[in-house]
Amino acid sequence: MGNHSDGSPNHSGTVATAGQNEVEKFQDPGIPPHRLRLADTDPKAAKRAERQVALLFGISVVGTLIFLVAYFAIDLGDDSSIATIRLQNALLGVGTAFAMLGIGTGIVHWAKALMPDHEVSEERHAIRYEEDRQAAVRIVDDIVEETGIKRRPLIRNTLLGAVALAPLPAVAIFGDLGPRPDDKLAHTMWAPQDGKRKRLTRDPDGTPIKASDVTIGSAFHVIPEGLNELEEGKLNEKAKSVVLLMRLDPASLNPSKGREEWGYNGIVAYSKICTHVGCPVALYEQQTHHLLCPCHQSTFDLTQECKVIFGPASRPLPQLPIAVDDEGYLVATSDFHEPVGPSYWERDEHERNINS
Amino acid sequence: MKALSQKRRHPLAAIALLLMGLLVTGGLYAVATTVNQAKASTTTFSASDTEEGGKLFAANCATCHGMGASGSKDGPSLVGVGAAAVDFQVGTGRMPMQMNGPQAMKKPVQFNDEQTHQLAAYVASLGPGPAIPAEDLTNGGGDAAAGGELFRTNCAMCHNAAAAGGALTRGKFAPALADVSGKHIYEAMATGPQNMPVFNDANITPEGKKDIITFLKQIETTGSPGGADLGSLGPVAEGLFVWVAGLGVIIAFTIWLTSRTS
Repeated sequence: MGNHSDGSPNHSGTVATAGQNEVEKFQDPGIPPHRLRLADTDPKAAKRAERQVALLFGISVVGTLIFLVAYFAIDLGDDSSIATIRLQNALLGVGTAFAMLGIGTGIVHWAKALMPDHEVSEERHAIRYEEDRQAAVRIVDDIVEETGIKRRPLIRNTLLGAVALAPLPAVAIFGDLGPRPDDKLAHTMWAPQDGKRKRLTRDPDGTPIKASDVTIGSAFHVIPEGLNELEEGKLNEKAKSVVLLMRLDPASLNPSKGREEWGYNGIVAYSKICTHVGCPVALYEQQTHHLLCPCHQSTFDLTQECKVIFGPASRPLPQLPIAVDDEGYLVATSDFHEPVGPSYWERDEHERNINS
Repeated sequence: MKALSQKRRHPLAAIALLLMGLLVTGGLYAVATTVNQAKASTTTFSASDTEEGGKLFAANCATCHGMGASGSKDGPSLVGVGAAAVDFQVGTGRMPMQMNGPQAMKKPVQFNDEQTHQLAAYVASLGPGPAIPAEDLTNGGGDAAAGGELFRTNCAMCHNAAAAGGALTRGKFAPALADVSGKHIYEAMATGPQNMPVFNDANITPEGKKDIITFLKQIETTGSPGGADLGSLGPVAEGLFVWVAGLGVIIAFTIWLTSRTS
C-alpha cells in the first residue's frame, strides 16, 4: 500500500505503529520541584505563623471560657424570660463553636504553615504471587498448629458452643419488638362496647358533641368517648381513632349504595389518618369540600366519599358510620369498615375479615 | 307596716300589686338579657346605621351579592352570615374583592370604621348570625396554655404550629396570623371565612377562643426560644439554610485544607 497516494493520512503502517509505541512509553514526570513556603525562608514569617496558630488556640480557650461562664453565670429558673434562655443558648453555641474551631483551625494552620512539607514518594513493592500465597497459607497453618485446636477438642467444642449461643441475646432483644400486632391495626376504639355505642367527643377535652352543635361548614376534631380515661396505650389508640367531623349541605353528598345511613343530615365523619403513610389529614376547605394531607398533598373529595383526587394516596379515607342517640349526641354505629391508615402486609386479609 | 296591712283590701291594691310584680319581672329580665348580650356583643346598631349600610351595600356589594344580599352566581347570599362576617371581610380589606382568584386577599381596607359598622348593621338586620365579639374576649388575658392546646388541635394543621401560615390546594392558603387583631381572629373562627371551617361556640367556646387569641398574641411577642426561627416554616427554610450556609462552610474549609500555604 506504500506507493498509493490517495490522500489518506495513514499511508505508512510502520510509522503509525512506531508512533503508538512511543505514546505508550509514558515518561514518569517525577515529583515537581519542591517550592519553599514563606515560613521556610523568612524567620519573620515563621514567627508570624507561630503567633497566628497561638492566637487560634487562644480563641479556643476564650470559647471554652464563654461556655463555662454562660452555663454557670446565667441562672435559669422557672421564671426566666425567653430572652434569658435565648442569651444562654446563643452563648453556649458560640462558645462551643469557637472552642472546637479554634483547636481545629489552629492545628491545620500549624501543619500547613510550619510543619515540614517535603513531598515523599513511596515505591510500591513488586507483586509476588505464588510466594505470597504460600506464605499466607503457612501463617494460617502455624496459627492452627500453635493454638492446638486439633489436639484439644474440649476447647474447640466449648468455643463452638459459646459462639453458637452468643447471638441469643440479640434474638431476645429483637423479639421484644413484638409481639406481632396481629389484627390490632384493623380495629379501633370506635367499636361499640357491650352493645353501647361510643359517643363522638371533642379533641382534646373529651366532651360529647350534639348533632345540633355541628353547623354547616363546621369541622370538629374528634376522639372516641373514653379515650382520655385510658390508663395505657392512649396514644396508640388515639393514633388509630382520630376522626374529622364535618357538616355540609346534604344535597352535595353522594353516598354510595349501602352507605346512605352512615351520615346524619349532612354530618359525616372520616378517619383523619392518611391512607398513604398515615399523616393526619385535617386541612379541610369548607367550600371546595377538599381534605388535604399536608405531608404529600394527597387531596380527598368529601362529596365523593373522600375519593383521592390528587396525590399519592391510593385509597379513600375510611368513613365512620354515625347516628344520633336518644339525647341528641352523635355516636358511632360501628367501627370503621376497613383498617384505617396506610397499607400494611395483612391489610387485605383484615379488610375481608371485617366485612365477612 | 300597719298602714300597709290596713290598705291591703283597698280596691286598687290588686292593681298596684300587679303593676309592682310586672315592673320587678320586667326589670330583672331586662338586666338579665343585657348581661347576656353584653357577653355576646357590645356593638349596637341604630336604625340609621342599618339604613346607611343598606345604601352602601347597594352601591358596593350588590353587584355580586345581589340586591337584598340574596346572592347571585358571582357571590354567595349574605343572609344570616352575621355582623362578624362583615366586620372580618370588610375590616381586613378582603371585601370588596379586587378580582376573582383562588381566594380573596387581605389588602388595604376600602371602607372606614363607620362605614364598616354600617355595612355590618345592614347585613346583621337580614338574619341572625354571629355578632361582633365583645372586647374582653378579643384582647387576650385568657389561658395561653389551654389556647395553645386548642390551637394545635384545631388550627395548626393549616395555619402552622407557630401560626406562620401554610399552603392549601390549588393556590389557596391559610394566612399567617401574626399582626392579625384579636377581634378579626375571633370573627374568623366564628364565621369561617372562605375555605376556613366554622368553629362555632359549641365547638370552641368563647372562652376557648379567648385562650387561642391569648396564645397567638403570646407567641407573637415572646419570639422563639431557640434563636432565629427562619420564618417558622419548618424543614423547607431550615433545609435551605443548612444546604446553603452549612455546605458552603464545609466547602470553604475543604478548599482551605487542600490549598498550599504561600
